[in-house]
Amino acid sequence: MAEPSDPGVLRESATFPPETIAEIQRAASEGLYDIRGWGAKRRLPTFDDLLLLGASLSRYPLEGYRERCDTNVTLGTRFAKQPIELKIPVTIAGMSFGSLSANAKEALGLAATEMGTSTTTGDGGMTDEERVASKTLVYQVLPSRYGLNPDDLRRADAIEIVVGQGAKPGGGGMLLGLKVSDRVADMRTLPAGIDQRSASRHPDWTGPDDLTIKIRELREITDWQKPIYVKMAATRVQYDVQLAVKAGADVIVLDGMQGGTGATQDVFIEHVGIPTLPAVRQASDTLQELGMHRKVQLVVSGGIRSGADVAKALALGADAVSIGVAALIALNCNRPLYLEDYAALGTAPGYCHHCQTGRCPVGVTTQDPELEARLEPKAAARRVRNYLSTMVLEAQTLARACGKSHMLNLEPEDLVALTPEAAAMARVPLAGTNWIPGLEASD
Amino acid sequence: MITVDLNCVDIRELNQRLHDLNGDDGRNPWRIVGTDGRHSIAVGLNAPLTVVVEGHVGYYCAGMNQHADVTVNGHAGPGLAENMMSGTVRVTGNASQGAGASAHGGLLVIEGDASSRCGISLKGGDIVVGGSVGHMSAFMAQAGRLVVCGDASAGLGDSIYEAELYVAGSVGGLGADCVEKDVTDDHRRRLAELLCRAGIDADPGSFRRFGSARTLYNFHVDHAGAY
Repeated sequence: MAEPSDPGVLRESATFPPETIAEIQRAASEGLYDIRGWGAKRRLPTFDDLLLLGASLSRYPLEGYRERCDTNVTLGTRFAKQPIELKIPVTIAGMSFGSLSANAKEALGLAATEMGTSTTTGDGGMTDEERVASKTLVYQVLPSRYGLNPDDLRRADAIEIVVGQGAKPGGGGMLLGLKVSDRVADMRTLPAGIDQRSASRHPDWTGPDDLTIKIRELREITDWQKPIYVKMAATRVQYDVQLAVKAGADVIVLDGMQGGTGATQDVFIEHVGIPTLPAVRQASDTLQELGMHRKVQLVVSGGIRSGADVAKALALGADAVSIGVAALIALNCNRPLYLEDYAALGTAPGYCHHCQTGRCPVGVTTQDPELEARLEPKAAARRVRNYLSTMVLEAQTLARACGKSHMLNLEPEDLVALTPEAAAMARVPLAGTNWIPGLEASD
Repeated sequence: MITVDLNCVDIRELNQRLHDLNGDDGRNPWRIVGTDGRHSIAVGLNAPLTVVVEGHVGYYCAGMNQHADVTVNGHAGPGLAENMMSGTVRVTGNASQGAGASAHGGLLVIEGDASSRCGISLKGGDIVVGGSVGHMSAFMAQAGRLVVCGDASAGLGDSIYEAELYVAGSVGGLGADCVEKDVTDDHRRRLAELLCRAGIDADPGSFRRFGSARTLYNFHVDHAGAY
C-alpha cells in the first residue's frame, strides 16, 4: 500500500493549495475577513529585478574609500520657508502610536535623529516622547484627524497630508480593541477597548481642487514655514502625481503596495494598488513631464530593504525613500526571541504579521506594558541606526561604482532589468539588450 | 476697531497680523471687509481676539481656531471652523458642508442652515445650528454635541461614537448604530445652558436626543450588514 510520503501519492492543487484551503475554512468558521499587519506577502516585481551597471571603460568609478559620495537631500523647496535638510535619503515612514508602542516610536525618533533624517507621526497624533526624540518630525494629517491640533502642527517640522497608504489604497485604518489602551483612547477621543475604525476620506475636503485650498489653509495656519507633503498610495500614479503637483504639494510621498500596515484586511493588502517599482518610475516621469522633477521632491516607500533598493529607487528618480516594516525589523520585529509567545499567536519568527493582535512578542507593536518593556528604546535605536548606516554605506558603494559623487546623480541609465516585466515597469532595458518593452527598440 | 479690507490686504498678510497678536494686543476688535468668498480667512488664530467678518467667506474660515471669537456676518463655505479647539465661531447666515469638521472644542453657532456632514468626525465642543442640517451630519462623531433646531437629513449620526445629538425638527433617517435616547431633566438643563450661550431662542423641551447604540464598537460577524 502506498504511503502518503511516496512520490506522486499526494498531489497539491494549484487552484486550492493548502493555504487557500485553510483560508476558506477559516472564513467559513469565523465569517469575517482576515485582518493582519505587514504588507503584501505575494511575490511581486521588485528592485531585485533590476541591476546597476557599474563603471567600466565607458564610465569611470569614484574611488571607493577616498572620493566623496554625498547623501544629503533637501525636501520642501517649492513653497516652504523652512525646507527639511536631511543627511541621508532614507526617512522613517509614518506609523502611529497605538499601532506601535511608545518605546518603538521613541527608538525610531532617536535613530532618525542620530542619522540626521526624519521620522513621521501616524494616525493618533504626536506624543511628547516622539517630539523630544526626533529632531526632524513630520506630522501627519489623516482622514481620522485623531489627535490633530494646531499646536502640534506648529511644533512639527513638516506636514504630511495622507491621502492613502500602499497597504490599503482607498481604505481607512483600523486599530483593534486590544491595542486601544487608555492612553491611545484618550489621544484619539475614543472609548478604550473598541475596534477603532478610521475614515477613508478627509472630513473637510474630497477632490484635488479642495486639496489645493486645504494645503493653502495649512500653510496659512503655519505661516508658510512648513513643507507640506502629500502621501498617496500607488494606484493611478500618473494622474495622482499631476493632481498633487497642481494642488501645491512641496513633496510627494508615494507608497507602493508592499507598504506595511498595523492592521488591514488581507484581501486589501494583497490585491489593491501597484508595486513600488513601477510606481516610482511613473511618478518621476510625470514630474519630468511637468518640469517639476527635483522641484517637487519624490519620496517612495513600500518594501525598501537595503542600500541596493535605495540606490535603484533614486536612480529611477526618487529624491529619498522611506522605510516602515524594515525599520521595525531592525527594532526586533520577527527576531527569534520569546518563541513561546510567537507560538501562542500561531506563528513563528520570520513569519509573524500579527501586529493587529497587540501581542507583539518583542514589544514593537503592542500597548501591553509587560511586552513593551521588552523593547529598550536606546538599544533599539542603536539597532535602527546601525541598519540605516548600513543601508547608506551600501547605497554609496553602489553609487560610487557607477561614478556618482552624489546619490541623486544616479539615473535610469545606470540600470538594466532582469525580466521583461521589470524592464517595462522601470522603463530600462532588459539586461544585455536595448529592449524596453512598450517603447520602440533603439536598434 | 481695526478694519482690514481684503481688497487691499491679502489673506497672508491678514492672517500673519492676527497670528502676531497676543491677548493684550487683541483688545481692539478686528473688522474684516471685502471678503468676496475668499478662503482661509482668520485661520489658525491662537489668542483671545474678537474678529468680525463682514460678508461671505469661502473654505475653512476660522479653521483650527483657538481662543478667538469670530463672527461672520454672511454665509460660509465648506469646512467652517474645521478642527477648532476653543473659542467661539458664529455665522449669521448658512454654512456649507463639513462645518465644524473634527472640532475638538469651543462653540460653533450657525444661525441659518448647515449643509451635509455638519459636525463630521466631531471630537468635542458644541455645534448649534439654528436651522437644518444636511445628510450624514455627525458622521463618526466621537464627542461633543450637535444641536439642530430645524430638521436633520438622512444618515444622521452614522457610525457615531460618544457624541450627543439633539434635533428639534424631523429626522430624515438615522445612520448605522445611531439611536434615539431618553432626554432627562439633566439633558434639558444642559441643553438650555448651551442654547443660551449660543444665543439661539429655542425650547429645550422640543428636542429629541440621539447617540450611539454602541453595537458596532467591536467587529462581529453578525453586524457585517450594518457597515
